[in-house]
Amino acid sequence: MSQALDRLGELANADPWLIHRGRFLDVTFLVEEGEIQYLIRIHRGRVEAVQKGPIVLPRWTFALRASAEAWAAFWKAIPPPGQHDLIAMLKMRALRIEGDQQPFMANLRYFKDLLALPRERTGARA
Amino acid sequence: MSRSAHPDFEPIVGRYLRMPIAGTQHRIYVEEAGEGIPLLCLHTAGSDSRQYRALFNDRDLLKRFRVIAFDLPWHGKSSPPAGWQKAEYKLTSRAYVDAIMAVVDTLALDRPVVIGCSIGGRVVLHLALEHAWRFRALIGLESGAHSAAYYDLEWLHRPDVHGGEVCGGLVSGLIAPTAPEAEKWETIWHYMQGGPGVFKGDLHYYTSEGDVRDRLGQIDTGACPLYLLTGEYDYSCTPDDTRELARHIEGAHVTIMQGLGHFPVSEDPPRFLGYLRPVLARIVEQDAKAPPS
Repeated sequence: MSQALDRLGELANADPWLIHRGRFLDVTFLVEEGEIQYLIRIHRGRVEAVQKGPIVLPRWTFALRASAEAWAAFWKAIPPPGQHDLIAMLKMRALRIEGDQQPFMANLRYFKDLLALPRERTGARA
Repeated sequence: MSRSAHPDFEPIVGRYLRMPIAGTQHRIYVEEAGEGIPLLCLHTAGSDSRQYRALFNDRDLLKRFRVIAFDLPWHGKSSPPAGWQKAEYKLTSRAYVDAIMAVVDTLALDRPVVIGCSIGGRVVLHLALEHAWRFRALIGLESGAHSAAYYDLEWLHRPDVHGGEVCGGLVSGLIAPTAPEAEKWETIWHYMQGGPGVFKGDLHYYTSEGDVRDRLGQIDTGACPLYLLTGEYDYSCTPDDTRELARHIEGAHVTIMQGLGHFPVSEDPPRFLGYLRPVLARIVEQDAKAPPS
């Protein structure tokens, strides 16, 4: 199983420009990677907590659900067509977005950049 | 203070053209460069003619083609007509074809080649259906007969989501991950600059009203050749969508472009020109064989 999201907080909080762009954002959202759930809490653009499941009674504003394989493809250095972008995955039905989408849409570039942080660098694994 | 005797102007000349479209007066921004066969360029939904900057700066192309691009009303430097504030903007097939033909007629273009991307790739099909004999060739980039909306278009225009940010955010993934950073982000910038509701209004045509699936059999590529080029990373109009389109149009030429997405002209111009040059060479060759009467 991938450990990609375990390091999300560390990666995000080392990126001042990402934090700046998320400065109006306070939200808790769920990412499902196959069977594993991650509850991610954002406060003023910083990742405050990443809680790895199983989580009893998770509370979230929106959820992004995809298979472990879909996320693995998304995090490749050069991801294949259709698996290279959250909205592409939505179109290809590899990703489901549930709940209140407003914070996701209002901060779309932030969330695209945040979730792409675990992406492998060309020539090396992240 | 430094002065240059040789300012680095590009060969593009931009001017405003006053003309009626379907009886309504407009002030349309038009750019052009080069000499030869007119090549009329149509930008994508929610963007403007700056997408074609690479074609306007290609010296080889400008020796054979008079490259022309205009901003649709509501886009770029073409303002909406008087009274725009009283109604929701929605592009229709009729309004789009009328705007293109008004430019062709006002500029007295003799059988131009038309190249259009996305909504422009769709409208070349409408041009093929209604005005085939007026054109030397039609080139559809990211061209499909129909594209169903895959997210709620209401997100594009509402007060609790910044329109420029969400339009840019939604199209960013339509660009191939291998595109050069500067070109990718300039492409996104143009989307961020669109007026409120304009991208959404264009998508009314793209996702709903402009569906031509049931008329494809009437397209005659003998009257006007049709070239279709689609990028492998385009998930809005996928390579399969374009292949499906071509399956219904006898004589249509299909090229799937590796390492390109939905904005081939602006996201990675050198790579795109590698695919476009052979198409233009073929058009020039055919034109030399059968000059217009």
